[in-house]
Amino acid sequence: MMAELTAVLLTGWLHEFRASVAAQREYLTELDSAIGDADHGANLDRGTAAVVAAFEQAPATRLDDLFKRTGMTLVSSVGGASGPLFGTFFLRIGASLGPVASTTGADFGAALSAGLGGVETRGKAALGEKTMLDALAPAIDAWDSAVARHKHVREAAVLAATAAATGRDATAPLVATKGRASYLGERSVGHIDPGAASTTLLFEALATALDGVGK
Amino acid sequence: MKKLINTPDSVLSDALRGLAAAHPELRVDADARVVFRAAPKRAGRVALISGGGSGHEPLHAGFVGPGMLDAAACGEIFTSPTPDQVQAAIAGADTGAGVVQIVKNYTGDVMNFEMGAELAELESGTAVETVLVADDVAVEDSTHTAGRRGVGTTLFVEKIAGAAAEEGQDLASVADLARRVAAAGRSMGVALTSSTVPAAGKPTFDLPEGEIEVGIGIHGEPGRRREPLEPASAIAKLLVEPVLADLDFTGAPTIALLGGMGATPLIELYVMYGEVAALLEAAGVRVARRLVGNYVTSLDMAGCSLTLLRADDEMLRLWDAPVATPGLRWGE
Repeated sequence: MMAELTAVLLTGWLHEFRASVAAQREYLTELDSAIGDADHGANLDRGTAAVVAAFEQAPATRLDDLFKRTGMTLVSSVGGASGPLFGTFFLRIGASLGPVASTTGADFGAALSAGLGGVETRGKAALGEKTMLDALAPAIDAWDSAVARHKHVREAAVLAATAAATGRDATAPLVATKGRASYLGERSVGHIDPGAASTTLLFEALATALDGVGK
Repeated sequence: MKKLINTPDSVLSDALRGLAAAHPELRVDADARVVFRAAPKRAGRVALISGGGSGHEPLHAGFVGPGMLDAAACGEIFTSPTPDQVQAAIAGADTGAGVVQIVKNYTGDVMNFEMGAELAELESGTAVETVLVADDVAVEDSTHTAGRRGVGTTLFVEKIAGAAAEEGQDLASVADLARRVAAAGRSMGVALTSSTVPAAGKPTFDLPEGEIEVGIGIHGEPGRRREPLEPASAIAKLLVEPVLADLDFTGAPTIALLGGMGATPLIELYVMYGEVAALLEAAGVRVARRLVGNYVTSLDMAGCSLTLLRADDEMLRLWDAPVATPGLRWGE
């Protein structure tokens, strides 16, 4: 199945992400209060609102434009560490997809991996350090393996969201070694990483946006 | 919460407006939230920029001026500035000789300044050198943490590297000197009360009457441990001992900074400095220069921190060079 992921569909993904962040703002803030500095919910809320506003003003028709603008908007409006991390993720996705109007599940998977590489470089983190990577990497693996098995992108997104949630929950017992939570050392154990939680919202939003495609 | 503000959301923009009104020798870009010198330094001289979350005044905007910084990017309270702010600071400060950016070691600051430098290099080809300050001995420096926080040594780096840039040293020399200063400074702080971030409306942590937080940073985050309040002489030991245990300060001229956290009266800072000076002398540390006052603060936190710099003759000479900023001013 070569379902085409269009600019409209993927703009819809960003809208779903924004709606979910707005609804879960307090939840993200609560997670960040426990092991960070309590601003993750407010920061992502401000950033995703700016992204949606940008595309309402001037919709994107090409995917590189869509994701580069998303990245730059997040970079300039979120602040903290999540601005550069989410920003770099989308900037790399845009660069990987190039000036096309739509893409395939396989190419989108390659773009997600390019985004993952950007997050790893920017954050100098590896798997198992209680960061957003612990949700992001398994979600992309799940997407790629579903697409390789010729699953529909709708199903691939559901599998990716499930894998992200599993990765998110698995951050609770970990000791943070990166970011502000690392100052807490052992006291960071027992808390879910806020970045892994918002990353899970991102893939759940993808599943919502692609639900209904090809049905 | 009782504060002299209009609304919690407008604190930064209102303060920048006031800073501009109070200091006509500064140029405040209200949109980019970057503070520049009104009269830029001569072309061909290396520019120095810094910045970070607001709430640590006079750091960093109060250190913009001849002999110190060329620009400061002001983030929201306790939140790093964004890469476009950093890029604006770099672009506005560069005179063609390149830019040294001084960054306190916090994950968000490091990433935003790194991206800002990348944008500046990409779009205008500006050469940018990044110098990290990570001097807080309260944080264990290991692969298991984000590394030590940057606190009081930032002032030493900005002053000494600023003087070197002013006298015409090139980019590599200024960056190298800034790194040597950053490597030679150590800090330790103690809080009597937490600070209250206006947007949060309540103290970041609760500290019962009669207790102090030892090993605090400058963002109201909890410290290394909690202890009962003791006389100043005993608290001075809590500051001096871990700093001296971390680096040998004997056999070199030392610059000492006893800094208030924002809500501690100067008379208490002098009480503390008297105790600290006696301890340093007993430990064989020769203090060549000293500074007591509010320089690297944490909003309305009560408490103080000690920063020592193991200097050399070159650093002392540049420390003594003239400086004319809102927060630091001497010489000519």
